[in-house]
Amino acid sequence: MKIIAFAEQRNNQFKKTAFEVARAARTIADQLGAECNALVIGGNVSPIAPQLGAYGAAKVLVVEDARLENYSTTAFAKIAAEVARAEAADMLFFPASAMGKDFAPRVAVKLDAGLAADCTALRVENGTVIATRPVYAGKAFVEVTVRSAIKLFTLRPNVFSAGTPAESTAVVEKNEIALSETDFGAVVKEIKIAGGKKDVAEADIIVSGGRGLKAPENFSMVEELAASLGAAVGASRAVVDAGWRPHDEQVGQTGKTVSPSLYIAVAISGAVQHLAGMSSSKYIVAINKDKDAPIFSVADYGIVGDAFEIVPALTAELKKALNR
Amino acid sequence: MKILVFVNHVPDTETKVKVGADGKMIDPAGINYMLSPYDEFAVEEGLKLREKFTGEVVVVSLGGDANKETLRKALAMGCDKAVLLKDASPHDSFAVARSLADFAKELSPDIILLGKQSIDYDNGQVGSLVAEMLNMPSISVVVKLEINDGAVVAEREIEGGREIVHAKLPAVVMAQKGLNQPRYPSLKGIMDAKRKVIEERAVAPVESKVEVLTMRKPPAKNPGKIVGTDASAVPELVRLLHEEAKVI
Repeated sequence: MKIIAFAEQRNNQFKKTAFEVARAARTIADQLGAECNALVIGGNVSPIAPQLGAYGAAKVLVVEDARLENYSTTAFAKIAAEVARAEAADMLFFPASAMGKDFAPRVAVKLDAGLAADCTALRVENGTVIATRPVYAGKAFVEVTVRSAIKLFTLRPNVFSAGTPAESTAVVEKNEIALSETDFGAVVKEIKIAGGKKDVAEADIIVSGGRGLKAPENFSMVEELAASLGAAVGASRAVVDAGWRPHDEQVGQTGKTVSPSLYIAVAISGAVQHLAGMSSSKYIVAINKDKDAPIFSVADYGIVGDAFEIVPALTAELKKALNR
Repeated sequence: MKILVFVNHVPDTETKVKVGADGKMIDPAGINYMLSPYDEFAVEEGLKLREKFTGEVVVVSLGGDANKETLRKALAMGCDKAVLLKDASPHDSFAVARSLADFAKELSPDIILLGKQSIDYDNGQVGSLVAEMLNMPSISVVVKLEINDGAVVAEREIEGGREIVHAKLPAVVMAQKGLNQPRYPSLKGIMDAKRKVIEERAVAPVESKVEVLTMRKPPAKNPGKIVGTDASAVPELVRLLHEEAKVI
């Protein structure tokens, strides 16, 4: 049996999820007695490929082409499917990142495979992989199995541990996949970076603000608290819909579902759809004036009080504590 | 331009999930359903494309009779035609995509629009699956869309930024919040939608590849600690985060 882990890179640097996916694949492979390899696609990725050995990949399959410097859903899908066929892979693991979510379904069609999307846990029972995945933005979880011969899984970033890197490097094997112009049906021509802003979907700490902040300019308080922690700034739907914050910061059922190690909710009451998006965070801090606010029902630590007084004090205290 | 929009009929965002008697699906009792919010952006974008290029917007949903409510909403917003692919049995994304792709093939649209994900099962697969089944390019999580002479330039959200993606029609485009501001149906639109006939089609059975074994609620959290009621609680909060939670 063979598992292939797709290791995502951007600008010839691995994303953290690459190591998470490689390690998760290794863990499942060990339980199934399977072989575990990784796949890297890009413009010039051979130099970084051996790193994946430290996270459990025995062999790293590399597909390099100058045209692959920029992501293309159609080309990446073709490559992953062809490599899977050539290797006779039984399972493919991808990150449930913007890239993985985008092209893994196309690979599934090419391989006539079922895909369990956005998994947050995997286990093996009687030789079968059972995946846990959130539904209704985390209001419930389902356990699923994939019944097709080849099985695909996308794994939610920031949930699976990459573990401690071992002192081993992987064997790198270059694969040639012939690509024609027609394989680049959709292709990225340019990337706009959002000013180095941290994304809530990837952040380890998130500080979110809600309507209780009263006005958009008061978000500077949230931004300063976030900066003191190296955290991403999040927002509730109410403030995004009011136009105070960009929608890419929205946490909740119609925004992003997040599971950071620390989530600080500032002046957010905690609507059902917001709680769905963040309650799987490892630790939750709530700062709210209303002691009956639903956010306190999911918070590990709460301060019932005025955010305008508490947040600046917290920022100052953290600056002091983290510089010691 | 022939515009095809896929819409799903889902429990609204206020829904508190209760697991049904079979232990595999949500208990539908007392739930209000709505047009899935991301699909609403897709409908709006379809209408905007029709305004720019002329043509026809056909809206399609797979499901039971209840989905007609969502199709009527799309008609009230201004879609020209609605089709219900009638099959109320549960499906995985692959089976849904197969039925939608079969229908799309017959219509041969210039563009297929749908939400980046449906807010019930959150799979976010259907658009990419349909595109691959129809051998079309696809662009997901789209927040900006421009079409000129059959050339598509779209901005899609990625972690910490946006990708500018180029493709050619026919293509599948999956809408993200921010793409547009969906219009409210006008009174006339609502009246007209009531008179329009929703075409019903039977679909060929498709087997699911992903099987749901169980559904459960997340474990209830124990009530947390209220550290204090003003700024004097801050040092204790920082200590707890550092020493107890060990997250900072």
